[in-house]
Amino acid sequence: MAIIEMNNLWKEYGDQVVLERLNAEVQEGEFVTLVGASGCGKTTFLKMLLGTESPTRGELLLDGAPIPDQPDETRGIVFQRYSVLPHLSALENVMLADELHRHKLIGRAFGGKRKALKDAAMAMLESVGLTQAAGKFPHELSGGMQQRLAIAQALMKRPRILLLDEPFGALDPGIRRDMHHLVLDLWREQGLTIFMVTHDLAEGFYLGTRLWVFDKTRLDPQAPGAYGARITYDLPVGDCDKGTLTAIQEQADATARTMA
Amino acid sequence: MKKLINRQPGRVATWALGLLPFALLLVVYLLASDARLEANPNDKLLPAFSAMGDAIQRMAFEPSKRSGEYLLWADTLASLTRLAIGVGISALMGLVFGIVTGTLPYARAGLSPLITGLSLVPPMAILPILFILFGLGELAKVMLIIIGITPFLIRDLQQRAREIPAEQVIKMQTLGANTWQIILRLVWPQIMPRLISAVRLSLGSAWLFLIAAEAIAATEGLGYRIFLVRRYLSMDVILPYVLWITLLAFAIDFLLARYSRWRYPWFHGSH
Ligand SMILES: Nc1ncnc2c1ncn2[C@@H]1O[C@H](COP(=O)(O)OP(=O)(O)OP(=O)(O)O)[C@@H](O)[C@H]1O
Ligand SMILES: [Mg+2]
Repeated sequence: MAIIEMNNLWKEYGDQVVLERLNAEVQEGEFVTLVGASGCGKTTFLKMLLGTESPTRGELLLDGAPIPDQPDETRGIVFQRYSVLPHLSALENVMLADELHRHKLIGRAFGGKRKALKDAAMAMLESVGLTQAAGKFPHELSGGMQQRLAIAQALMKRPRILLLDEPFGALDPGIRRDMHHLVLDLWREQGLTIFMVTHDLAEGFYLGTRLWVFDKTRLDPQAPGAYGARITYDLPVGDCDKGTLTAIQEQADATARTMA
Repeated sequence: MKKLINRQPGRVATWALGLLPFALLLVVYLLASDARLEANPNDKLLPAFSAMGDAIQRMAFEPSKRSGEYLLWADTLASLTRLAIGVGISALMGLVFGIVTGTLPYARAGLSPLITGLSLVPPMAILPILFILFGLGELAKVMLIIIGITPFLIRDLQQRAREIPAEQVIKMQTLGANTWQIILRLVWPQIMPRLISAVRLSLGSAWLFLIAAEAIAATEGLGYRIFLVRRYLSMDVILPYVLWITLLAFAIDFLLARYSRWRYPWFHGSH
């Protein structure tokens, strides 16, 4: 069974159509990269997966059931910023998921139990290369380290799907490349299912297993909100050539210009 | 030549400039006091420093003839106790109601209008009611502080709780937290340093309400003493008392700021 299934999915805000007629299935273990012009609804789509926005029409299924309409541990998320908790050290941020799970009432572990959780968290910190930073607060970490921490924190919960909304958009290109390698490694090792939004189309072309391009197929320059974006390209990564890339880029640019 | 707006005083200059107005005030006082005392040696309005020194000696280091107490210390203890109880209870209520109304939309809908309404009642106007209800004892005085600053604390902390980024609240849920755990592990720890800031801001009002209540009904306390000796125009006592209160207020504020920096480095590091 598909892990995510969309049947004629629509999202509207008032009379502005953001997304329309989305139909797709995603299997467990896929790494879907989402690209598209600014404002075409990529974040909105992730929010529906997350449960903070609900579909206006149609179905969005997680493991065959309507996706829960509030965030929970089945879906992990890394935002562009504010993803880690500023008042906890790196280690405490990563330990948090286990502490909440084990100790419902106080949400905190002490003594020997804490030691066990700490070891698991340290192992996770090591896998994202943050062993040295375990005792530091987020404000003492660089932007890239904070995002690595956010990924480690989310992975402790072993979510069914991991949502990444331009998680590295604010980072230097070099660091961004390192981050992508890290995400790819983690995805392979842990058999994750990932949806990742990126604004860099070329990035989406080599990352993951599947590329989705969100774009408006119909566009009324007088009323940009009249029609929503659809998935205009659904490509297996690796199969697409340079020509496709250019074509997609030009189309997305045209949409962006009309909407601006 | 740099523009004035771009010129910074150095370390020494900053201190010197900061101390200068105090020194000037002191000199002006000395000159004025000397001039008045020369004209009339019994003048009470601007007592000489020696007279104030005598008063301090009397109030702080000699037992009172009537009660055998060291008055300055007894007054200080009484006032600080009231202040601590009043501010402490207010802070606790501000914390609880601020978090609850800031975090839970249903609680906010139910309580916010009431809290806003209460915050608009001028506390001094209901002081007589407090005296009628609670008598002239300690309770009325502490109540005035509580009524005076609690609405502000609640509203401020509610606002601070609402300012916690939605991303973090969502994050907690994706880590499996329920509402109680979100409050316990996210909202409460993040509100604590903000509680300290809010308390620091409200301390000025707390002193005001304390001294007002003591002036009207008390048998000891810094405010009581000032208003008592006013009858004898004892400026030699009043001025040192005012200075002492100012010093206490400064010390409390300073200690709270220091504590906050030490206890919540993440808060001060990122702000
Ligand atoms: N809560 C909301 N109410 C009304 N309109 C909204 C709301 N959230 C998003 N929108 C609109 O929906 C459209 C899609 O926004 P969204 O944030 O999903 O775009 P995006 O593809 O993520 O863009 P970007 O690449 O800039 O992040 C925008 O036109 C936005 O104005
Ligand atoms: Mg977006």
